[in-house]
Amino acid sequence: MKYIDEFRDGALAQQLARAIAREVKAERRYHLMEFCGGHTHAISRYGLIDLLPPNVRMIHGPGCPVCVLPIGRIDSAIELARDHGAMVCTYADTMRVPASGGISLMKAKAQGADIRMLYSCADTLTLAQKHPDRQVVFFAIGFETTTPPTALILKQAKAQGLKNFSVFCNHVLTPPAITHLLTLAEASAEGARLDGFIGPAHVSTVIGSAAYEPFVTRFRKPVVIAGFEPLDVMQAILMLVRQLNEERAEVENEFTRAVTPAGNVKAKALMAETLALRDSFEWRGLGEMPKSALQIHPDYREFDAEVRFGLTYRKVADHKSCQCGAILRGVKTPRECKVFGTACTPDNPLGSCMVSSEGACAAYYTYGRFRDVKRGAAEEANA
Amino acid sequence: MSKGNSKRRADYIRPLDFKNGRIDMSHGSGGRASAQLIDELFAEAFDNDYLRQGNDQAAFDVTAGRMVMSTDAHVISPLFFPGGDIGCLSVHGTINDVAMAGARPLYLAASFVLEEGLPLADLKRIVDSMAAATREAKVSIVTGDTKVVEQGKGDGVFITTTGIGVVPSGVDVRGDRACAGDKILVSGTIGDHGVAVMALREELSFETALCSDTAALHTLVAAMVEEVPDIHCLRDPTRGGLGTTLNEFARQSGCGMVIQETVLPVRPEVSAACEFLGLDPLYAANEGKLVAICAAADADRLLAVMRKHPLGVNAAIIGEAVEDDHHFVQMKTAFGGSRIVDWLTGEQLPRIC
Repeated sequence: MKYIDEFRDGALAQQLARAIAREVKAERRYHLMEFCGGHTHAISRYGLIDLLPPNVRMIHGPGCPVCVLPIGRIDSAIELARDHGAMVCTYADTMRVPASGGISLMKAKAQGADIRMLYSCADTLTLAQKHPDRQVVFFAIGFETTTPPTALILKQAKAQGLKNFSVFCNHVLTPPAITHLLTLAEASAEGARLDGFIGPAHVSTVIGSAAYEPFVTRFRKPVVIAGFEPLDVMQAILMLVRQLNEERAEVENEFTRAVTPAGNVKAKALMAETLALRDSFEWRGLGEMPKSALQIHPDYREFDAEVRFGLTYRKVADHKSCQCGAILRGVKTPRECKVFGTACTPDNPLGSCMVSSEGACAAYYTYGRFRDVKRGAAEEANA
Repeated sequence: MSKGNSKRRADYIRPLDFKNGRIDMSHGSGGRASAQLIDELFAEAFDNDYLRQGNDQAAFDVTAGRMVMSTDAHVISPLFFPGGDIGCLSVHGTINDVAMAGARPLYLAASFVLEEGLPLADLKRIVDSMAAATREAKVSIVTGDTKVVEQGKGDGVFITTTGIGVVPSGVDVRGDRACAGDKILVSGTIGDHGVAVMALREELSFETALCSDTAALHTLVAAMVEEVPDIHCLRDPTRGGLGTTLNEFARQSGCGMVIQETVLPVRPEVSAACEFLGLDPLYAANEGKLVAICAAADADRLLAVMRKHPLGVNAAIIGEAVEDDHHFVQMKTAFGGSRIVDWLTGEQLPRIC
């Protein structure tokens, strides 16, 4: 594939791997967090860990849209379909996130609820036009990447005067989440050691690289924005290692082919017109975070599913053995969770990190767990 | 379809209206309408000595040796897709399942569940496609059955085919015979069928020139077992794709597998479609490809004979079986790392961003 294979070139990867190996200082460890699930997926799928020196540790961050969605929100979506008879439309991975009572959107669908998987949220408008007698709700989730399309359909719905369409908004924001993680890391034992970040690819095309400046300045941690291809990730790791060695803390942009300092100005304006900041939002694993999510703008209140159906949010605790919270904060690795690979597997996820292949646990289980066996054998040989 | 009526009757008042007619409940009643459907459509299209006898079963002589039997229910939406339709698919699918024992397929049975309201024109197109597929494969449909369900209780048409075949002496192909050191081969590009069909689903509607690879693989298998009678494993990686088939072999045989991403045959169109849908060609369905595992010493000869066959021109050796108590299927990525090719979890769902 033109313009794709170039970024997956094995020979270039080896060159970059050698450059990283040359530059890392043997006496120090590099704790780097890739915030975004897209990077987690690329690292796992291409076996990138095999190309890194042992003292570079990649920590999988919370930037996986379905991983941070709290149980109570999924419960509300199921309530919309079951109790209000709405046609609930959402993106694929969301279908499998565990909700209360051992159910998920997919299981609710099997029990007769009208829940549909879409590739494009614009299809929700078509469905609403096709079924004027039904209430059609778009269950909107995701970071700044999936937000502009939601903003666009809100605007279109208003222009078309649709009466049977609404949005259940669960969009969350990247910068407040990174700030939260760094505050935890600074303040207490609850946080993980984080030396630097690989900044999200698609999110940054929208919010721009300048959005990362405030916390880089405040916390003195470098950020390198990188594309989702494996060579992008390798290059970003090299750039982070260099910044750390030179004791710099800057926002650098590896993904210049798509990200500008200002980001997508049109998309940001569209979001500002149709959506507004929420005072507080619960993130799965990270808890309540102020000003970290979006709700429907008062001017678009008629399309707010929470208002239309009078939804009240009920907080639900995670399964007590589930370590998703600590894993999302980077404090624990999937292997340190007791239920990883036993009670919790991709086929039967207890926690949300096991749902999407962008989730730390699912990515590790699906692509990387053979490394445990190698490690086990090595430990036995050394014993 | 063989319920009672033997010869083609000339005494129906009007012939079936293949232009505008539709299946109704009377076509499944067992009465005159059923008989007419059988006579004017199924018996006409599949015509052979066994069907002409008009019995509820086909009786035939059994050859010496090991026989194999397999059955497959075919449900697919849409019924017609580039490169094929549910009709030829139902013939190829079962011929392939029989052939994957190294066997020569002999006879097929076909069972139809028709939904009330199905246009007769569509049914005729499907049945003609099945008939063409059986003629091309030289395997006859010798018995069958038809039922009709009410509208809304079926998806147009479901077809179940059952096949039997005979295994040449000296051939012992099973899923549990892979040993460490064996080579893994595929007969051509992977994921063509899965992506071609997915492109037609209404919620996607992207355009592609891709065609389904649906094909009967028994003549390819015959050439392979003639050259290398000691093929250890054969399977057609249909639903679940190559990734699933390799995991099945690894579990059945109690070994691991290591494949090389750089040598996997994948069409650029398939890679591109999977790329933007967030899917993996390793798990996309195939309907005209096979995976073979044989001793390393036989691999080059097997590859050569596969490449000589029209259905194996893109065949490749993609990896080998290894000792591994955990039965992992691993892939050396083109990027230079390793990863697991795991069992598919639930349905293959696209990622969000």
